[in-house]
Amino acid sequence: MPSLGADMDEGTLLEWLVKPGDVVHRGDVVAVVDTAKAAMDVEIFQDGVIEKLIAEPGTTLPVGAPLAVIAGEGAVEAPAAPAAVEVPAVAPPSEIAPVVESPLVRHRAHELGVDLATIVGTGPGGVITRADVDAHAPAPPPPTKPIPAKPGRAAAIPTQGRAPVSPFARRRAAELGVDLNAVQGTGPDGAITADDVERAAAKPETAPAEPVVAKVAPAAPVVPDMQAKARAMRQAIGQLMARSKREIPHYYLSATIDLTVATDWLHQTNVDRPLSSRLVHAVLLLKASARAIHKVPEMNGFWVNDEFVPGDGVHLGVAISLRQGGLIAPAIHHADTLSLDELMDHLRDLVSRARAGRLKQSEMDPTITITNLGDQGVDSVYGVIYPPQVALVGFGKVAERPWADGGMLGVRPCVTATLAADHRASDGHRGGLYLAAIDSLLQKPEEL
Amino acid sequence: MTTTQIDDAVRHAIGAIAPEADLSTIDPDERLRDALDIDSLDFVRLLEQLQNLTGVTVPESDYAKIATLRELTTYVEAHAG
Repeated sequence: MPSLGADMDEGTLLEWLVKPGDVVHRGDVVAVVDTAKAAMDVEIFQDGVIEKLIAEPGTTLPVGAPLAVIAGEGAVEAPAAPAAVEVPAVAPPSEIAPVVESPLVRHRAHELGVDLATIVGTGPGGVITRADVDAHAPAPPPPTKPIPAKPGRAAAIPTQGRAPVSPFARRRAAELGVDLNAVQGTGPDGAITADDVERAAAKPETAPAEPVVAKVAPAAPVVPDMQAKARAMRQAIGQLMARSKREIPHYYLSATIDLTVATDWLHQTNVDRPLSSRLVHAVLLLKASARAIHKVPEMNGFWVNDEFVPGDGVHLGVAISLRQGGLIAPAIHHADTLSLDELMDHLRDLVSRARAGRLKQSEMDPTITITNLGDQGVDSVYGVIYPPQVALVGFGKVAERPWADGGMLGVRPCVTATLAADHRASDGHRGGLYLAAIDSLLQKPEEL
Repeated sequence: MTTTQIDDAVRHAIGAIAPEADLSTIDPDERLRDALDIDSLDFVRLLEQLQNLTGVTVPESDYAKIATLRELTTYVEAHAG
């Protein structure tokens, strides 16, 4: 069971997308795991053949518990089989949750395709260090972006080409006993909606019963009920935020930024564009926040073992409110290097996948988080830092305000940017420089 | 397009963005962003859906004119072929 965020202690296996004998490649999505916050795609760490599925769909397991056995070329097994059914307290220590405190280390492991469960940490108290991860890295450098649904692999892994399913549709399918593999999706990209499921449930069963029974894996994924899920999400958020307020000495700053130039540029840019490629203010704010890190890098990274560990890139966590309540903050990797159009595409994709409940485990490693509550009409937001990150940037609404400049009073579109930062990692002076850098970048939107 | 077709298109577009919204309970004069709890990204997606269904493209300069369900429907009626 992989860790899909600092606030995750356990996860429920929803379904397997592979079966024993399937050939898998690093980056393939092999299972869907439900956390307190969202269903997430679990990507495999290594090439190999699925030897055995250990965990049953519907089982809730602690982080680090073995899910499956993979026979790989290097014969590195995902946590060994014999301990599979034992409770964590009885299992050998190396097979329970590996001790990894730093998301940086987790991110590194993702990049190099190293399964943390196979590493014994050499750091203080058995903590896995970056060097441990590097030492376990396979010889050939990994491709940078795993592509989960390669058509070429469809033969080996038939379930890879499946249509996306919303968590609600999944839940209805479980309730109604509908096999999602047999449902024709009518949503975007062939997504299976709750309506599709209900239609399928209403239809008389045309296929003979036997092939369904003969399936290797149980067809209907198991889903916890909605209220319990909402409670679990509140608890997860509550625990993480309480930890943040308990452990992190926050300091707060705010600055009101004149967005006249940025707004004019945005309107000018959008005027000839079709709806699908128009930019929104939020993208400029995100990009400026990411680029400003170059000036004040100590805002980007983690506080781990009493020291600041800089991020290995600017992976911008974007706080996304979920329609059913709660929020999640997945990362846009290397946001500082993306063009505004690329960033806009990433943002749209991330928001729609977060809301549909399909995020990837590799997206749960932001190095700094941005929260934008402007659309809700608030003037400013003083956030709570996501541990072990060290800063959170907040934006309020973009609105016209009185603005004095050169002895003249005018009306200009403005936004209030705030910074909540960890006083262990930085001081108010540096925080102020960071907000000033964001301001300065927003005055040259064409260069963003 | 008939008024009914436009109504259907608006409902369909909203349903795609805010599937849990019950349009029968929405005050046609309440701001859509509040009534549907949608943000600026959702709003652009809503307009995209509507464009696919009706062919009406809303320039950014008109965003402020379509803040409510009634305004949105009226706007599409005025611009649909």
